[in-house]
Amino acid sequence: MADQATFTDQAMDLMPSLYSAALRMTRNPADAEDLVQETYLKAYRGFGSFEQGTNLKAWLYRILTNTFINRYRAAKRRPDETDLDDVEDFYLYRRLGGLEEARAGRSAEDELMDLFSEAEVKAAVDALPEQFRMAVLLADVEGFSYKEIASILEIPIGTVMSRLHRGRKNLQKALFEFATTQGLITADDVDAPSDATGAPTST
Amino acid sequence: MPDEDCNDAVRELYTFLDGELTDARRSAIRGHLDGCHPCLEAFDFEAELRMVVSHHCREQVPDALKARIAALIEQGAPEGPIV
Repeated sequence: MADQATFTDQAMDLMPSLYSAALRMTRNPADAEDLVQETYLKAYRGFGSFEQGTNLKAWLYRILTNTFINRYRAAKRRPDETDLDDVEDFYLYRRLGGLEEARAGRSAEDELMDLFSEAEVKAAVDALPEQFRMAVLLADVEGFSYKEIASILEIPIGTVMSRLHRGRKNLQKALFEFATTQGLITADDVDAPSDATGAPTST
Repeated sequence: MPDEDCNDAVRELYTFLDGELTDARRSAIRGHLDGCHPCLEAFDFEAELRMVVSHHCREQVPDALKARIAALIEQGAPEGPIV
């Protein structure tokens, strides 16, 4: 029997992280709530097998991910194995990197924070195929290491790296497309996708 | 060859930002960024974009969910259909 106080003490504070991930995985608040609830109940029942001193957050994410895959992916005919287009390096920087210099005194982060609303960032993340979306979330939102992501998703580290690489570049493309479609960026803001920013190129 | 260094830096961009390079590779890239403004700007942009994405993907847990889970744990996480 798990120690209720210890579990509550250690696991409850991680709920915002798990709920955020669940919402990006399921793309639906009701399913995200069910997923988080089921994860906590399973975690509580299995808490005896959690090795104290190891990473509880990673352990909870493994339960979350497995539950998601078993419960929600089963509803689909096939696992989502969509591939992604090749996107050039620095896709967004080549197109938006100039914005920063245009308004001196502001960091690129401030500019980007204004440019992309929360809804747009979420929509761009949600548009990624599942296996890329999960890798990007675990790394860029939750800060897990390659090794931890490999263990959570039960895939080799090389696969983690390639999913991150492709997922991140496609996320940039989706963000740019959202911004241009909605007129947030006008032709005046954007340099031709060229070396106007002096972005380094990989050849 | 500076171009060679830029190529290496671009290839290792994500591994660098992820903090997953060996110490030797990490200081090599750092050294390159110190002397190469275009690469430094591009790396900064990538790092800042990531912070924006991360910031915008944080959600508040609904209070009702928090309360429901706390209550279920208190009851010993009974088996059975999820209500």
